[in-house]
Amino acid sequence: MTNGAKPTSIFPGQRSAAQGYSSGTASIVIGLRRAPPNQRSSSLPPSPAFPFLFLFFFFWRPRPGKDVGTREAGVGQLASVGKDEKGNMLGGPLRRILPEISRLPKGYSTVGKEMTVREALNSALDEEMSADPKVFLMGEEVGEYQGAYKITKGLLEKYGPERVLDTPITEAGFTGIGVGAAYYGLHPVVEFMTFNFSMQNESRVIGTLILFSAAASVLGATVSVGCLFDEFKPAKLGKGAGSMEFDLGIVAIDHIINSAAKMNYMSAGNISVPIVFRGPNGAAAGVSSQHSQCYAAWYAHVPGLKVLSPYSSEDARGLLKAAIRDPDPVVFLENEILYGQSFPVSDEVLDSSFCLPIGKAKIEREGKDVTITAFSKMVDYALQAAEVLSKEGISAEVINLRSLRPLDRRTINASVRKTNRLVSVEEGFPQHGVGAEICTSVIEESFEYLDAPVERIAGADVPMPYAANLERLAVPQVDNIVNAVKRACYRSVPMAAAA
Amino acid sequence: MPPLRRLTSLSCTISRLHRLPLLQAAAAGVRPSSSSASSDQSADTITVETSVPFLSHKCEPPSRVVKTTADELLGFFRDMARMRRMELAADALYKAKLVRGFCHLYDGQEAVGVGVEAAITRRDAVITAYRDHCVFLARGGTLVEVFAELMGRRAGCAKGKGGSMHLYKKANGFYGGHGIVGAQVPLGCGLAFAQKYLKEGTVTFTIYGDGAANQGQLFEAFNIAALWDLPVILVCENNHYGMGTAEWRASKNPAYYKRGDYVPGLKVDGMDALAVKQACSFAKEHALRTGPIILEMDTYRYHGHSMSDPGSTYRTRDEISGVRQERDPVERIRKLVLSHEIASAAQLKEIEKEVRKEVDEAITQAKESPMPDPSELFTNVFVDGCGSEVNYFMTQIIFPSIESFQTTADFMARPSESIGKK
Repeated sequence: MTNGAKPTSIFPGQRSAAQGYSSGTASIVIGLRRAPPNQRSSSLPPSPAFPFLFLFFFFWRPRPGKDVGTREAGVGQLASVGKDEKGNMLGGPLRRILPEISRLPKGYSTVGKEMTVREALNSALDEEMSADPKVFLMGEEVGEYQGAYKITKGLLEKYGPERVLDTPITEAGFTGIGVGAAYYGLHPVVEFMTFNFSMQNESRVIGTLILFSAAASVLGATVSVGCLFDEFKPAKLGKGAGSMEFDLGIVAIDHIINSAAKMNYMSAGNISVPIVFRGPNGAAAGVSSQHSQCYAAWYAHVPGLKVLSPYSSEDARGLLKAAIRDPDPVVFLENEILYGQSFPVSDEVLDSSFCLPIGKAKIEREGKDVTITAFSKMVDYALQAAEVLSKEGISAEVINLRSLRPLDRRTINASVRKTNRLVSVEEGFPQHGVGAEICTSVIEESFEYLDAPVERIAGADVPMPYAANLERLAVPQVDNIVNAVKRACYRSVPMAAAA
Repeated sequence: MPPLRRLTSLSCTISRLHRLPLLQAAAAGVRPSSSSASSDQSADTITVETSVPFLSHKCEPPSRVVKTTADELLGFFRDMARMRRMELAADALYKAKLVRGFCHLYDGQEAVGVGVEAAITRRDAVITAYRDHCVFLARGGTLVEVFAELMGRRAGCAKGKGGSMHLYKKANGFYGGHGIVGAQVPLGCGLAFAQKYLKEGTVTFTIYGDGAANQGQLFEAFNIAALWDLPVILVCENNHYGMGTAEWRASKNPAYYKRGDYVPGLKVDGMDALAVKQACSFAKEHALRTGPIILEMDTYRYHGHSMSDPGSTYRTRDEISGVRQERDPVERIRKLVLSHEIASAAQLKEIEKEVRKEVDEAITQAKESPMPDPSELFTNVFVDGCGSEVNYFMTQIIFPSIESFQTTADFMARPSESIGKK
């Protein structure tokens, strides 16, 4: 079962309770972003049925087929994204949302062996801040708001406003300030984030409210539920904007590249920059072109930066701790959709001294016929593809890159030398992308071992469209990976022999 | 025998108490003067009135009356003469093609460099843009380090890997040296943030130009600095030309000391080292007590923007020579020294000769320094570990001195790259 983050209140974020609600069933549509204050209609008093219906749905839930909250269920649900958009908008996510809320909120506990990526990041930040007083957090909504994705939840209360700083929406300014503080010797963690839609934990609250308020209106009671909490965003719904994450990073990219990455080199070691830039990267769902780009290739291009991209909770914890302890600038590319996903973690991972090495990839699944490399969310798809392929007799080795710069060329090459075929998977644009680099690395170092040309799966070479069907076509799917592997496997005759 | 020499011999017999002002001057960061200074005269405070009053925005301006000492004035003279000489020598080196790429010269603006330094300690931080040779010198950098860095030699402060725009000396509180216009302002606010975070009681002087004064990131930095009360002093070196664009063509409001809006500001005669010192002392105290403050230094550069700019296409030669005659900072100090009879004209000439010799020797030493070793190409990318990714095969072809990989087995067996440290 998922270890949900301990909710501080039934309503996400202190602000929303203070701001009041607005009436109207139109506002109940999932994913509707909060309207500015002057456009909200006046609030009405809650109906008498409100508390009873709420309690009813709070404790009862429809049971889904799978055990929701386990990694398998999470994987299955990710696999169903976009497959069938008809009617799936409301049904699917709600089915997923409701079960979580029906349990009584538990205190956070490490007895359970599962952890969401969000918890992993939160605990990593917490432990590193506690271990080193020079570590501080800076970003939009990281403090009082508890973090736009609740990654920094509870940290303001624990460490105070001197170490958890809410910034104005001025990325270039506060990124430069973070880099300057790192010059002096502090260890800033700068979060990139713009606007605020909730992560998945709190959205289950909304789901419940929606369901019972719908029931309440059926019963003829007036409903005054507002769905206009800023943090509200059920996962994978088409509507609603997510964060600009690293899209906002490019506003500040001058400081990341010119002030941070290059400083140790051009000062010949006089000034080092122990800073971490973190935030969600890549596509969410339905957030369109300006909010869906994967910046892995942009940052991994630059010498002087370390670029990490975790997949599981273990990755998230270990790599974030390593990043914070690292004396060089680190770009930490998270994934919004993975935040709520739960993974099993061992006791070693839960230990506060746990740390993963930077520059080492992980072999998530051993295989012998083909190597599939991926990072972040695509690892999930690659694992699913490997599962599909194993039923067809193809044994795929899945490598979770974890670190894009330095890239673990040794692991990739060793794997290709074993399997002789390579498929690289990434979410970003194909040209000059991570897959292009992996392909070249393998050609440079293991050319004789390749039995087939390297296959490269990437996002479509177009700005991300909004329409759900086009969006699905623009992002790699499990089928694409399966097809690429098959192409790599059945094409066993070297090209030259055909001439 | 000049009258001062007699006084000197007299002072030597006077008790050591008279040496105290020298120590005090040294502690304030001002170089003690040469032996020709009279030590008993240096015990006296000299009061000088600044040439123009301070203009203020949202604060009370400091007094126009500046207290200084003979030692300090002689120190200013020597330091500014050294800076002037260094910049002219850099000009000659550039024309001799020993310096490549960019070279932005500071001559004319020396008063800002020495004035800022006179008001602070080495624990305070200074950060500036690319016109950084003289500020580096003021912060305790040596001539050899500057010339060697300009020429890309090993003895340079950045081992020749930075160049003219990237001089650094963190131990002395000098953070560069930045090529991106305006970037140093948020960085400087970050330094001040760290000073406040660590409760050091020190300040940061962030220097930028009139060309950078319209940058958006400045206003973002002002906002955060004012919100969080950061101990930062924002020094706008207004030399009236952003590269080739005069300030009236670039800024709708060229009163840069007012551009901070809610951030108080002072306009200072940037050619008067004492006025600069007064303003900076005032600003340091303000920053520690309240928060950020802007100091606009009304200054001038004699050279063009950089060595590729003759400096005469957008301004007249008359203007340049006019400023040189009426407002030159070194001449101002020379007149002050002479009028207060701290030293004679001949002694000042002597100082200038010494400085010239220093600069020539430094150039000779810098020229003797070799170019960096080719292996330095790959060092310092990261603090630990290698940092360069795609070069193992290149290195074995081009630089056999670097650990090379003869076979694929060697390659596979190589030590792994940077590992996250505990």
